[in-house]
Amino acid sequence: MWIYEKKLEFPVKIKNRDARLAKIMLEQYGGADGELGASIRYLSQRFSMITPEAKATLNDIGTEELAHLEIMGTIFSQLTDGLSVEEIKAAGLDPYYVAHGLGVYPASAAGIPFSAVGLQSKGNPVADLYENMAAEQKAKATYDYLIDLTDDPDVLRPLRFLREREIVHFQRFGECLDILRDYMNEKRMIVMPEINLLNK
Amino acid sequence: MDREKILQSLTALDFMAVDLGLYLNTHPNDKEALEEYNKIITSANIVREKYESEYGPLCSFRSSDNNSDTWSWKNNPWPWEESFNFQLAVKECN
Repeated sequence: MWIYEKKLEFPVKIKNRDARLAKIMLEQYGGADGELGASIRYLSQRFSMITPEAKATLNDIGTEELAHLEIMGTIFSQLTDGLSVEEIKAAGLDPYYVAHGLGVYPASAAGIPFSAVGLQSKGNPVADLYENMAAEQKAKATYDYLIDLTDDPDVLRPLRFLREREIVHFQRFGECLDILRDYMNEKRMIVMPEINLLNK
Repeated sequence: MDREKILQSLTALDFMAVDLGLYLNTHPNDKEALEEYNKIITSANIVREKYESEYGPLCSFRSSDNNSDTWSWKNNPWPWEESFNFQLAVKECN
């Protein structure tokens, strides 16, 4: 169950429309290391976590990623608000426009529609937590590249916030992995019930 | 306090709660963090109530919608719209 709260996790207030920026921002909406993939990855993997810490962490980070998806969609929506045909053509946004208009569609910056091929849910908590740590690093790298290509402070602010969150999430997944290892290394004694072979 | 100021305080408090909540998931015995988390939730509830009483419901099926005799949940602006959001002061973001 989820409750929607009618506000963003971090504000997005962009004054100037910009077709070129809008086009690259899609990478973190529907790209391989984007927020949609992150959310679905953690919310799917949480069913096979075995420690309370990892269950809570995947549940809560998966939920926060939905708020990040909303922020990226908001950035695209505000950057494209009121674009002219000339601006769309000049930025090379025309192949996108012909398929989606200025609607928000989960695809990568290069136009590849969102695919679950870019994520895993392995039914193995160790494998999944390693994947998640890598995913957070890849998302952070993508934000680094987006920041390199962005000069509008209104867009930079939320990008920097989201980049910071990737670092925090990486840290939390690492802690979950440490806790899981300790749990798996605990010695366990299994006591078999006494069996009455003679049926007395 | 105007809408944007209240929204900014609530956004800050809720973010602290999100971040501390994640920390507590892997540090459940950190008493100081737990105490801080509970303080933030108490403050956020007060600010949320103030916002909702003046500007309408924030949460789907958790907030009552009794400011007028019409359903105000659907009212504009929505969070993805520029006019919904507050402007951060420059010193707060660089």
